[in-house]
Amino acid sequence: MTRNKGKGRFIALCLSPAVILFIIFMILPTINVFRMSLYKWGGYSNNKKFVGLDNFLILFKDQKFLQSFQNTILLIVIATVFTMTFALLFAAILSREKIVGQNFFRIIFYIPNILSVVVIAAIFSAIYDPSRGLLNSLLSIFKGSNAEPTLWLGDQKIVIFSIAGAMIWQAIGYYMVMYMASMASIPESLYESASLEGAGRIRQFFDITLPLIWTNIRTTLTFFIISSINLSFLFVKAMTSGGPDGSTEVFLSYMYKQAYTNSSYGYGMAIGVVIFVFSFALSAIVNHITKREPLEF
Amino acid sequence: MENTIKNKNGMGVEKLYKVFIYVALITLCISIFVPVAWVFLASIKENSEFYGNPWALPAGFYYQNFVAAFEKAKMGEYLLNSVITTAVAIAILLVVALPAAYVLARCDFKGNRFFNTMFMAGLFINVNYIVVPIFLMLVDGDKFLREFFGSSFFLNNIFILALIYASTALPFTIYLLSGYFKTLPKDYEEAAYVDGCGYFKTMVKVIMPMARPSVITVILFNFLSFWNEYIIALTLMTEDSGKTLPVGLMNLMTAQNAAAQYGQMYAGLVIVMLPTLILYIAVQKKLTQGMCMGGLKG
Repeated sequence: MTRNKGKGRFIALCLSPAVILFIIFMILPTINVFRMSLYKWGGYSNNKKFVGLDNFLILFKDQKFLQSFQNTILLIVIATVFTMTFALLFAAILSREKIVGQNFFRIIFYIPNILSVVVIAAIFSAIYDPSRGLLNSLLSIFKGSNAEPTLWLGDQKIVIFSIAGAMIWQAIGYYMVMYMASMASIPESLYESASLEGAGRIRQFFDITLPLIWTNIRTTLTFFIISSINLSFLFVKAMTSGGPDGSTEVFLSYMYKQAYTNSSYGYGMAIGVVIFVFSFALSAIVNHITKREPLEF
Repeated sequence: MENTIKNKNGMGVEKLYKVFIYVALITLCISIFVPVAWVFLASIKENSEFYGNPWALPAGFYYQNFVAAFEKAKMGEYLLNSVITTAVAIAILLVVALPAAYVLARCDFKGNRFFNTMFMAGLFINVNYIVVPIFLMLVDGDKFLREFFGSSFFLNNIFILALIYASTALPFTIYLLSGYFKTLPKDYEEAAYVDGCGYFKTMVKVIMPMARPSVITVILFNFLSFWNEYIIALTLMTEDSGKTLPVGLMNLMTAQNAAAQYGQMYAGLVIVMLPTLILYIAVQKKLTQGMCMGGLKG
């Protein structure tokens, strides 16, 4: 019996620090996001006024918020489509073909993933710089040196694509390595018999590779979309901080601006609630759309 | 493309395809390698060189950029902060997460399912969603302390920052570690009990050493995410003295636009990314293997 008592104490001792930290720094703040969204609360003063759902009503008429909504969705779509396509393509090439220096390519492609977003933002600022930037000076070879420089981060129409470029650059390698791992588990015999039947590389890719790693693609897709909401904020904060004139403002950067910079905590947290709901809804939708019968090999 | 594949008779097509593949691979390779290498070269350029052709090689080794970054831009101080924060956060994380993951994976007790689900749910809470409430909580804590003790403690404290890093990394770490603990056979513990080992001793002496590979994975991933993190540090470190490297780098980025001190900024950039690059080159195999083992990061 003493053994059981000791066991209970041991379990409590092992588990409680983790549970306490988790509750203080993750559960409570999350609850607070939802609670505070119901208050009108600005500044460091304790003037909290319960206003119910008023914050949300203002929110859906707020042009800036709607724009940040639009920007977020645009960034998610562009980043997802390009990252996934390139990652799958390069993974297929590197794992299916006999490539000289395969390992070397894998090592280089993964590098952006280990760099801080601030570092990547600084690198891309150097690339995008209008007068001294790498990209414009490359383009001027084709356009002639007298051509108007493109303002990659200053033109409202272009800037969101410039940010998407940085996001894609950062993510390709990570997902490529992921897909390479799951492609490696597809038995070689399938490809052999397929090529005996006369199926070319492209057929093989769509009929063998894609269906067999579909479960993996599905999970990575959901995670990628969710982390895009987050990453778009990190990039925007470091590269443009929402500018010029709100044209790169995304969900989280607008929330941060309202809550932290502007000190309207209640309003900011209402945006936070929308982000929570949006990300859950989005992952549920993606999960539903991509549902297929799992294939075994 | 479809045509070239169907057209199987020519070796020329096959060759063309190979060329196409290599061009694609090398293009991506260059687009990653060149900007990173360019930053290294730019960090040893003199300020005047930045007004010329950006593709020009540096005229000499202008190491003063690094001196300026370390002294004037205080990157040395920030480097120390980053090292302390990352080390303390990883230490706290391991001390807290290892026992919890062990208990959750291998002990039957009432509420096991509940706690497992709770930590799993934590995987979906992104730190950046809750950074403002955390900040407000610390502000309140400080206000309380100042009233009773006359000094503040929570904000601008790199140990608190480390504690928050560790806490927010708990769900992923526990998920990864308990996934590993579950694969170990029960016999080890039974043998240890028969030999008269207590629960605690069994965990520390028998199970922990076996968990070494996954502990290394945990350390690698969390080193990268703690070292590179900047939103929490930016929010909680309102004073200059507590800033970490990425936050200091952001300051340098804003400053270089105003004061045209490019060399200093690129030197700062090198200081931030060099440790991660060295680590990556040393352990790249483990890192990519570990990634596949642990599945996804959030």
